[in-house]
Amino acid sequence: MDSNAVLQKIKDRNQSFGEWAFKLIVPIVFIGLCGIGYHFSELPFIFVLNEVIIRLARNSFLVISLIIPVIAGMGLNFGIVLGAMAGQIALIFIANYSLEGLGGLLIAVLVSTPVAIVFGYLVGLVLNKAKGKEMITSMILGFFANGLYQLVFLLFAGTIIPFKKEGLLLSTGVGLRNSVDLAGVRYALDDIYKYRPDAFPMLTIPVVTLLVVALLCVTLTFFTKTKLGQEMRAVGQNMHIAQVAGINVDRTRIMAVIISTVLAAWGQIIFLQNIGTLNTYGSHEQVGLFAVASLLIGGASVSKATYKQALLGTFLFHMLFIISPMAGQNIMNDSQIGEFFRVFVAYGVIGLALLLHAWQSKGKKQSLKSS
Amino acid sequence: MEDLKNFIDKVGYPRLIIGGFLLILCILAAVLAIPIPGLLGDILTRVGMNGILVLAMVPAIQAGAGLNFALPLGIVCGLIGALISIEFKLGGFTGFITALLVAIPLSAIAGYFYGQMLNRIKGQEMTVGTYVGFSVVSGMCIFWLLAPFRSPELIWAYGGTGLRVTVSLESTIDKVLNNFLSFSIAGVRVPTGLLAFFALCCFAVWLFGKTKSGAIMNAAGANEKFAIATGINVNQQRILGIVLSTVLAAIGIIVYSQSFGFLQLYNAPLYSAFPAVAAVLIGGASIKKATISHVIIGTFLFQALLVVSLPVINILADGSMSEVIRIIISNGIILYALTRKTGGDLT
Repeated sequence: MDSNAVLQKIKDRNQSFGEWAFKLIVPIVFIGLCGIGYHFSELPFIFVLNEVIIRLARNSFLVISLIIPVIAGMGLNFGIVLGAMAGQIALIFIANYSLEGLGGLLIAVLVSTPVAIVFGYLVGLVLNKAKGKEMITSMILGFFANGLYQLVFLLFAGTIIPFKKEGLLLSTGVGLRNSVDLAGVRYALDDIYKYRPDAFPMLTIPVVTLLVVALLCVTLTFFTKTKLGQEMRAVGQNMHIAQVAGINVDRTRIMAVIISTVLAAWGQIIFLQNIGTLNTYGSHEQVGLFAVASLLIGGASVSKATYKQALLGTFLFHMLFIISPMAGQNIMNDSQIGEFFRVFVAYGVIGLALLLHAWQSKGKKQSLKSS
Repeated sequence: MEDLKNFIDKVGYPRLIIGGFLLILCILAAVLAIPIPGLLGDILTRVGMNGILVLAMVPAIQAGAGLNFALPLGIVCGLIGALISIEFKLGGFTGFITALLVAIPLSAIAGYFYGQMLNRIKGQEMTVGTYVGFSVVSGMCIFWLLAPFRSPELIWAYGGTGLRVTVSLESTIDKVLNNFLSFSIAGVRVPTGLLAFFALCCFAVWLFGKTKSGAIMNAAGANEKFAIATGINVNQQRILGIVLSTVLAAIGIIVYSQSFGFLQLYNAPLYSAFPAVAAVLIGGASIKKATISHVIIGTFLFQALLVVSLPVINILADGSMSEVIRIIISNGIILYALTRKTGGDLT
């Protein structure tokens, strides 16, 4: 083995060590933060656990919907906001026809799917025009779509789109109300079977929702082994090589975005059936931010993400959500600090992850050039 | 047909579409008998108010760092400057100049470190910059809450900790530039000082572009490899561009606030970069090229659109529609620039 090869090996090892360390450091830091915060918040353990489980059940699906575009090398898909919109459109639809219970929820899922497929296709088309800038583009696309969404529901609802149900529209008859009551489908999924351990009376576990999430994880693992999954991986590693190998790169990327968008639509439906009210103009805005932050806190990077990281990240992020106001109150005598800290963490961790990724990939590119 | 194509290529779709839209709105405004002088006065004020924030895009683009989505970085520095001048009860021009004197070095330092960072992540400036901006704004929320300001103008009158969410400038630097040499002509109120200050900043940036160091910065931004071959330290030039951009952002927010009459703290600057980015793109800039004329045309078109659309839409539809239209237009334009082939990769 000549010295060059040895050097390269050491370099590789250093680099992979850096990646490996980052993968662990972020979750460890957040476990530490959660520990400190939990200690100072002085909240009872069972209460925190119960809250975290509820939030884990309602948010994981959305977070996991980010994974496939990461595998396909498109980075973090902030465009899941459009998926969330598709989910909300479906929920508004069933609210309009007063469909209730699990059946209503399933119809919402059925309605949201084609809408999400169309949205995902459009997002995919746009992102194919902005290769290398997917993340910023998908983010701006989310803002843009939000504008169109508001236009549709403020101006067209009641004028062009007829609404049947009383009380859904503003008193002027034009535009949807700020909040839509989803009482009909509230807890439709959670309430199928809730496990209440006898030892801890405060604890309720929405078993079915968690099972749905588990099912998604299994499906996802299976999917990456299929032909399409492998093609996505190939495209994610190197678009040019994949193209030469006969993979239709653009089509594969669009497929990845469509799957992500559809999953996000379902995720938003699961999320809102737990919340119980749909904030027409606000429920979807933070979806991208919180989901991306959750995924990254779990130790995922822009180019690598697994469902384990998604679950761990969701757990830690929402733990922080629950404890930070109380911890802020007890440490600094002001609960607002906790709120601000939490938002800062969400933005900061995304910024940091993007920064480290850009830094690393630049290092790699240069070492490729020089070799 | 050929001529038409050439014309469109030269003017660019963004300018054409926004210009056309503005024209329709103006005709509607005339039909609906909305008082034109008031609108014109508003447009002039808002061009002066927002112009410098838009101008801040130019050095960053020229230095090859793309659209500066981290504008909030400079903005919080400007806010700190203004807060300090209020804390010492400085009003009028003294207060305004003190605010600038505090804000400029602060933002230069912040810009320097931000520039250092961007040099390590070439090609991803915009994505990272957006989140650096967001993090700075949300991190500063904690600072506003804990900052040791004592002036009763700044803190809550009773109860509550930290600075107010909006700080009134009425007793300090409210409209110092707007009212300077201001006059009315045919019912149109012209904020002379404000426009003059904007013009001065534009002129300074233009003049800088003509000097040797400005030319070097442009060269570094235009073609990195070529610049390296001619012996230019590209990284240094990029830092220079970012520092200038951040400083302009700090100046910009002080000018904006004095015209608006309030300092907006906490989450207010979160999305402040997007209208500025949209304006310069509407003016015809791309991710790689921007000039002063792009700034002036873009700011004028964008602000005129916002000013005229508000009363027109208020009459025709719901009031909140004008906000929706602003969202659609500004993000649509940014999207267009990002997906354009010639808008190009930065790498």
